[in-house]
Amino acid sequence: MQKDIILAGFGGQGILLIGKMLAYTGMQEGKEVSWLPSYGPEMRGGTCNCTVVISDRPVGSPVIQRPRAVLAMNLPSLEKFEPDLRPGGHLFINTSLISQGAQRDDIEVVDVPANDIAQELGNPRGANMVALGAYVGVTDAVSVEQLENVVRHTFAAKPSVIDVNIEALHRGIELGRQHAAGKED
Amino acid sequence: MAKKLMKGSEAIAEAAVQAGCHLFFGYPITPQNEIPEYLSSRLPQVGGTFVQAESEVASINMLYGAAGTGERVMTSSSSPGISLMAEGISYIAGAELPVVLVNIMRAGPGLGGILPSQSDYFQTTKGLAHGDFRVLALAPWSIQEAADLIQDAFDLADYYRNPVMVVGDGLIGQMMEPVEFREDRRPIKELPPKTWASTGWKKDRPKAIINSLFLDPEELERHNFKLKAKYDEMEREEIRFAYYGPEEGELDVLIIAYGTVARVGLTALEELGEQGIRVGMIRPITLFPFPYEAIRNAADRAKHILVTELSTGQMIEDVHLALRDGRPLHFHCRLGGMLISPEEVIDKVHEILEGRSEEIRHG
Amino acid sequence: MAEPVFIRPESLSDVSTHYCPGCTHGIFHRLVAEVLDELGLRERTVGVAPVGCSVLAYNYFDCDFHEAAHGRAPAVATGIKRARPDLIVFSYQGDGDLASIGMAEIVHCANRGEKVTVVFINNAIYGMTGGQMAPTTMPGQVATTCQMGRDVELAGYPIRMAELISTLKTPAFIARASGHTPLHAVNAKEMLRRAFRYQAEGRCFSMVELLSTCPTNWGMPPAEAMKWLEKNMLPYYPLGVFKTPDGGDRAPHPIQPDGRD
Repeated sequence: MQKDIILAGFGGQGILLIGKMLAYTGMQEGKEVSWLPSYGPEMRGGTCNCTVVISDRPVGSPVIQRPRAVLAMNLPSLEKFEPDLRPGGHLFINTSLISQGAQRDDIEVVDVPANDIAQELGNPRGANMVALGAYVGVTDAVSVEQLENVVRHTFAAKPSVIDVNIEALHRGIELGRQHAAGKED
Repeated sequence: MAKKLMKGSEAIAEAAVQAGCHLFFGYPITPQNEIPEYLSSRLPQVGGTFVQAESEVASINMLYGAAGTGERVMTSSSSPGISLMAEGISYIAGAELPVVLVNIMRAGPGLGGILPSQSDYFQTTKGLAHGDFRVLALAPWSIQEAADLIQDAFDLADYYRNPVMVVGDGLIGQMMEPVEFREDRRPIKELPPKTWASTGWKKDRPKAIINSLFLDPEELERHNFKLKAKYDEMEREEIRFAYYGPEEGELDVLIIAYGTVARVGLTALEELGEQGIRVGMIRPITLFPFPYEAIRNAADRAKHILVTELSTGQMIEDVHLALRDGRPLHFHCRLGGMLISPEEVIDKVHEILEGRSEEIRHG
Repeated sequence: MAEPVFIRPESLSDVSTHYCPGCTHGIFHRLVAEVLDELGLRERTVGVAPVGCSVLAYNYFDCDFHEAAHGRAPAVATGIKRARPDLIVFSYQGDGDLASIGMAEIVHCANRGEKVTVVFINNAIYGMTGGQMAPTTMPGQVATTCQMGRDVELAGYPIRMAELISTLKTPAFIARASGHTPLHAVNAKEMLRRAFRYQAEGRCFSMVELLSTCPTNWGMPPAEAMKWLEKNMLPYYPLGVFKTPDGGDRAPHPIQPDGRD
């Protein structure tokens, strides 16, 4: 069983960080993981992305051309990666910053107003956590409990932001679960 | 020790420290900067020394000096930097010094780009620099294997008194994966004492002269034959490869790939297996010495052979040599920092089986 | 039995050198060896030989040695010293090696303040390769690659390495001496002694530039070469201490005929 996702957005949105947290959580659960960043001059203020693979078996290709999920935190990311998504795959769209919807109808779209929710929580920098939560809420790629531990560990040096980030994470998870439940109905 | 999620460059650096390498000399170049960055803070913790040299040329010569004292020492760079070090590596090979070199390959020629590539296969295995020498070359395909091979590299370098190069593409440098460092690690070779090292001469041993100059041709020839004997021993003793796929019976296609390209091949192999296509894969782990015999044996039971590389076709020449019979091969590559995807390999295998793939003949 | 008053220093091997008759390398090898003996450093000394006439210096000094690639001796010395700070490390380099192809390594070695000693032999010409122009060749001086004499319009002026290195902020001991008369050789030895002592005390980088002759490639008898050095090189390459780790920079001044420094 393999879960994989390409997470993409602007540099500075915390994309690489939530990718690492996802991979780290998978590793803590005893799964095989890989985290592969895009790198290069475009990292500075431009778009950035990373690919995370979580698997029961040793990870084959860390390069995923046909991802099972895509998180698009900005419009260029949506335009770049929507075409690559596997049919039936999950497309998470940060609707706070992207006004256009998906072009395809053979995929499952999850609207995540990540920045709006983060703003509402008084934690504008927590949009990435909302998005991460939404992905986990929909796909159960990793356990919520482990993920919480990883968030605590990640922000251990800044205790004041732990609770607000966990709150943002949970709002995302809630949103993801509602989406999953709504699909079943 | 518990698993840690580490970037390849950092795992390589930490593995070196744990292998007893307390000296690093290097010069910044993308995409391996995390190696010197990590070591600049890590080495002082273990009483070691990090020097950011003024150039790659200086770095490799600092290695020459430090290795001559018998200490374990490493440098890392990326393709253009390795070219600059080439002269010094030849001196190190000539003076028979153990050093570990890391090349996180990027696409060329010239400045090229900073994205992953395997374009330095020839440089690594055939023509690194002037003179008649070889470096033992190891090509990891995962972060864990990179860490393991770095530790082995120090033992192999000490045993053979020869440079050992660990070559990874940019993915190996930048990717994060879980890594575990074995606490009970033992040297993989019986390591002789470094009686040749220049440690100050108290006349209790022959004077240590760290040198590659032999003006007398007969003496140089003897030296060359001595070096050749080491390279021959490496070919007998150090070949490493891995095989994946059906152990018995005929293969529709045998894939040959190294480094992270083999990871892509493995994913393709598994998906093709689900489609009922019998695919096997040989992954050279040592690029020198090259697993000629293993490839020949595996090829004997394969209908078609596909070589995949991030170069215009470098390792494929060794595959031709391995097969000896001029048998045609299929080839798939991506260049310039573009990566091969599992889907491309799967498509290529279908093309081969449907007779739509052009074959490459050697000679 | 009479006591010998002039013997081979322990730090020199009991072999003949390949140097040309009248070459000053022999003087400076001996001075370095005497200093190592007198300071009791031989057993923990590692030398670094250059590419150039002194490429085989490892056969002449009786201590452990590295033979470096052309120009890289300061980098090799850095490696040795960083690996084993307890060792006394010196490089012995000519002007092509140090001031041309090795310019980057010497500058950065000095700038990092590596605790090593550089013995820099400046004879204003490439010796081993057959008398080509060096970075230190004098204006108008004939060499095989400037057969009408060095043209400063095309080749610039000779590089004064001692002055150049002295401009670095990092504390160092930098001096220039010569070996063209016995008196000057005594002074040169004193400079070498101070250089090695600073290293032994772990104080600083040290470099002694030593003006030398090359009778073969200059195309003149050894005695005449000594006079040529005095007449042509001394005015351009002043002798003296340029920098010490204690007192910052000092203006160079010529040594006096009566031996007063």
